[in-house]
Amino acid sequence: MIMVRRFKKSFDEKIVHRNVSFDVEAGECLGLVGGSGTGKSVILRSLIGLEKPDSGVISIDGERINRYNERQLIPIRKKVAYVFQGGALFDSMNVFDNLAYPLREHSEMTRSEIADRIREQLAEFGLEGSEKLMPAELSGGMQKRVGLARAIITRPKVVLYDEPTAGLDPYNTKKIQEMILRLKSKGVTSIFVTHDMPSAFAVCDRLALLLNGEIRASGTIDDMKSDPNGILQRFINGSFTN
Amino acid sequence: MTKRFAGTLRMFEFLGGTSALAYQSLVEGLRRPIYLSLIIEQIYLIGLKSLPLIVIVSVSTGMVMALQFGVGLEKFGGKLYVPKIVSLSIVRELGPVFASLMMAARVGAGITSEIGSMKVTQQIDAIRALGTSPIKKIVIPRIVACLVSVPIICVIANAVGIAGGLVVGSTDLGLDPHFYLQKVLATISIADYVSGLGKTVFFALFISLPACFYGLRVRGGTQGVGQATTRSVVTASILIMVGDFFLTKAFLVIERWFS
Repeated sequence: MIMVRRFKKSFDEKIVHRNVSFDVEAGECLGLVGGSGTGKSVILRSLIGLEKPDSGVISIDGERINRYNERQLIPIRKKVAYVFQGGALFDSMNVFDNLAYPLREHSEMTRSEIADRIREQLAEFGLEGSEKLMPAELSGGMQKRVGLARAIITRPKVVLYDEPTAGLDPYNTKKIQEMILRLKSKGVTSIFVTHDMPSAFAVCDRLALLLNGEIRASGTIDDMKSDPNGILQRFINGSFTN
Repeated sequence: MTKRFAGTLRMFEFLGGTSALAYQSLVEGLRRPIYLSLIIEQIYLIGLKSLPLIVIVSVSTGMVMALQFGVGLEKFGGKLYVPKIVSLSIVRELGPVFASLMMAARVGAGITSEIGSMKVTQQIDAIRALGTSPIKKIVIPRIVACLVSVPIICVIANAVGIAGGLVVGSTDLGLDPHFYLQKVLATISIADYVSGLGKTVFFALFISLPACFYGLRVRGGTQGVGQATTRSVVTASILIMVGDFFLTKAFLVIERWFS
């Protein structure tokens, strides 16, 4: 479903990615972990065309998107959802309008169908009754949940999570994990960028460790956990940094 | 070396960036969907909400001008020329320029800070990630709203400015209001109005394009928003003042062709 090959990206003179390659199969959840500033979010942003790679290949659902312009990227963005770290809710719109935004843009649904879908989605996220609230009136955890709800309301095939559990309390973390697992059970492919290792272990099928601009280790959770001297264990223990 | 040419580089960056933005807006503006409700909302926010400020500035300008010219010309027995001078200056120059400068300060700053805040909170990225275009959703409604609002605001500024002059003319200078109004109507021609209003179309672009350009280029959080806002207002003001000279010349040439 997702293929990245020889991905290179630099900002001015700073080389962030030297040679990143990985695959994500359909229905799989890949956890992308690594130290702060290793460019995990840059990879995620590149997968939806928010950043352009310097070189390399990015393929989504069989389409090479790395040279696509904004117009060509629209169909890709309809099937690939991006969950922003801070929610990135439109602060001039209430929760209802935030959730309605992608539906009004990309579906033929009627007003009542949109309202029903939003109610259903909010109930699923434990956000009933928040339709009229403005983003500024929501807690951080609620903003993240609304951001996730908005991202997946169009039922995308792929979801890219940018640290969805960062800074959340255990209740909200659990809620987000449950949602991700529910989507996974429906066959949604995903990449989960995080520092939150318990969440990564809870939702991911495989992990890839990004260090020094490359994927330095990857494997299933069980494989990586079972190797006590492995690079991932050393990363988790804090004895290995970028 | 880079530092020495930093200013020149920034200028070329600005020229290239705003030209590209104008081109993109034109191309995307011709494609569906067209967000009419967003344009109307922006006309309300940009145009209607600027009205009180413009009225205050214009009425003061008209009053001050009438007073200054009245006192100055009285020494030479030229008080009767006040309606003519005031109305012509307002319609051809001061109305459009002052109204546009006020719009640059109020609207330009507002647009840049709003777009800049959206940029730093990833809302612009969210618009893109949700398969929509920030040019269509953010830039085009603001440019169109400025193109519609600034000329209308200018018409109101002209009328209010002349009215301000009339009030001072009749109360402080002792001119007959009837006479004042007659002189104004006899003085101002269609060409004067076209010249003044024609310039505001360009001024609308001088306000909206730099405002959107600097807003979309904001980096570095709230500090970046502040810097971009200042740059946007300064740039728009300079463009209006400098552009006014060349546009006046251009309109004079056009007037000569038609006369």
